[in-house]
Amino acid sequence: MRIALFATCIVDAMYPATARATVKILERLGHEVVFPSGQACCGQMHVNSGYIKEAVPVIANHVNAFDTEDYDVAVAPSGSCVASVKHQHPMVARACGDKDLEARATAVGAKTYELSELLVDVLGVTDAGAQLGSYFPHRVTYHPSCHGMRLLRLGDRQSRLLATVQGIDMAELPEADQCCGFGGTFSMKNADVSSAMLEDKTANIASTGASLCAGGDASCLMHIGGGLSRQGSDVTTLHLAEILASTVEEPASVSGDVLVSTGKATR
Amino acid sequence: MSTFLGMPSLPVYGTGNLHASESFPKAAHRELGNAQLRANLGHATHTIRDKRLNVVSELPDWEDLRDAGSAIKESVMARLPELLEQFEANFTARGGVIHWARDADEANEIVAGLIRATGETEAVKIKSMATQEIGLNEYLEEQGIAAYETDLAELIVQLDHDKPSHILVPAIHKNRTQVRDIFLREMEGVDPDLTNDPARLAGAARAHLRRKFLTAKVAVSGANFALADSGTLAVVESEGNGRMCLTLPETLITVMGVEKLLPTWQDLEVFMQLLPRSSTGERMNPYTSLWTGVTEGDGPQNVHLVLLDNGRSAALADEMGRSALHCIRCSACMNVCPVYERTGGHAYGSTYPGPIGAILSPLMTGIQAEENNSLPYASSLCGACYDACPVKINIPDILVHLRSADVDSKRGKKKIPTQMDIGMNAASWALSSGKRLGMLEKGLPLGRLAAGPDKKITKLPGIAAGWTQSRDIPAPPKQSFRDWWKKEHHAPDTAPAAAHDQEDQP
Repeated sequence: MRIALFATCIVDAMYPATARATVKILERLGHEVVFPSGQACCGQMHVNSGYIKEAVPVIANHVNAFDTEDYDVAVAPSGSCVASVKHQHPMVARACGDKDLEARATAVGAKTYELSELLVDVLGVTDAGAQLGSYFPHRVTYHPSCHGMRLLRLGDRQSRLLATVQGIDMAELPEADQCCGFGGTFSMKNADVSSAMLEDKTANIASTGASLCAGGDASCLMHIGGGLSRQGSDVTTLHLAEILASTVEEPASVSGDVLVSTGKATR
Repeated sequence: MSTFLGMPSLPVYGTGNLHASESFPKAAHRELGNAQLRANLGHATHTIRDKRLNVVSELPDWEDLRDAGSAIKESVMARLPELLEQFEANFTARGGVIHWARDADEANEIVAGLIRATGETEAVKIKSMATQEIGLNEYLEEQGIAAYETDLAELIVQLDHDKPSHILVPAIHKNRTQVRDIFLREMEGVDPDLTNDPARLAGAARAHLRRKFLTAKVAVSGANFALADSGTLAVVESEGNGRMCLTLPETLITVMGVEKLLPTWQDLEVFMQLLPRSSTGERMNPYTSLWTGVTEGDGPQNVHLVLLDNGRSAALADEMGRSALHCIRCSACMNVCPVYERTGGHAYGSTYPGPIGAILSPLMTGIQAEENNSLPYASSLCGACYDACPVKINIPDILVHLRSADVDSKRGKKKIPTQMDIGMNAASWALSSGKRLGMLEKGLPLGRLAAGPDKKITKLPGIAAGWTQSRDIPAPPKQSFRDWWKKEHHAPDTAPAAAHDQEDQP
């Protein structure tokens, strides 16, 4: 299968190891990965902050980048960005009366999958250890991000994949379904409430005794990780793509430093 | 330009207790500092949340019920004028009297006038959001009329000269020791040895209220539903105090928002399944009272209904926001909201707190109402409210819609753009082209430099300081994914599609 990678802006610029891990997993399964070079961002920061006018060129850019490329499905290592592509893009195009953009955005959205959704529903991965060689000998807890959970209805796809990684010791996160408090610009506009939500999330993570918290959205992980770092905690965050890509031969770094967890390039 | 004399200017926005007096972040900051409030709220919201989940998950057709509730309300909004007239005809034919109130002031004057006409200076009240919205108790007090709340929690809040902080459990922010202290201080003839034992507290309230019920000649209520096909009103409650108010006094005055209509009796079956489970987490509420005009020789003989607009028509005119009027005031959204759970209801300023308040208040007052324009931002858009809503109001989408209405309402009116405006503009430019983003990413090593040997950024200026008040930012990577892809994975730029086609492979 020919799979177009939507890296998402935050992963592209801040967590490239997550995108490299995504490529590695898909290539390990024998698929061809392409990277439409015109891509930048899904625009949800603009939409969610009320800057619809400013969101339109960002959305149009994404649609242009992904409807000219030849591929079978597109994938992003983010529930939130995929939800934006699927739901917000056609909605914004409709709101500004651009029928052509709406139709093309709908078509792109229909072909776009969140990583665990693609792995489980399309590529039939049910056992990460057996099918991907995933190996990660650490105690891990897992935070299901809101948009993956409620907009994409990912259910237990991510946690099921994690649970089948060899060597992993999964610790259930209390109040897992509670938002970490990120919410994009909410974390700045309502910093006090956001921080109070984060405080409860990090306390719950600490209570599990896990050495790291996994998740499917780099933005939420940056938020949680940023809070853990500020609190001087040894617990770090890691994207599930990096855990799935980790093998006995090429283990993922768990230093918590995005620079070190390189997950070397294949080929 | 032509002028139509006598036409009201549109839209007519709501007045009364719908306006926040300070911005949400400011109010939230204060409320977050109240440890007692946070502990009470956390405990109470989690308890109701779990109860609701239990009784909802036992119904195999819960999602169908939500769909039905949503569809019925949608049809009501689509033909509201016609249904209101049908209701008016039926209610009037059964001996009731209808009054129409455009806003809070009109409604207050009507109610005060009706009470005055009875010669009474006291009224008992059933818990009602509409009368809180218009500030009826305060207005009546100014007019020399005492209105006594009879719902236990409302009574506690009223005795303490406080404001409700939750629409279903208004005293959610008080614990039993606080309640005992309020009773001892404010309740006439209370036993001075009263303890904080819930049974003793309830006993004290019962004795106090019984005196009011037996002497009151006038009752004021709200209504949960109004059935157009029969002219029937309905009140759904738990304590039975409502039943007392609806049956004992001679005069009954109900204040109800125009959106509470249901087309037929049959529609009630859907809502009587949705409401108790969503609000108190009960399969059925203890008391449901229905009345249709006047029944000779039985109950109040002088029955009035004030139909209240107060900004509802303005909300109805907003195509994206109008479904907020589907709300049946169950409070499920606030019980699952992580923001409400931490700030409590007072932070929202308006009578309507929580996620529904964050959309309903600005829809009814207009987004340009100062401070109410901060309410749509009081959400991380986690979506828990939408999942819990029994009539499927897409609160997150309406929040985003109102944020955009707020941003648009300020365009071209500011002398100096805000930091947010500048940031969003710059980000729009940078993020609408892979080339431009790629070029900016060449600067990532500079960010590494700024992060220093700790490999983290701990202090940012301006609005970004909100982030670094409790969170670090990791040092950026040496190289973006895009650069790595170009240099280390595949050929520069993505090769033309043809080069990858299977037929071209050796």
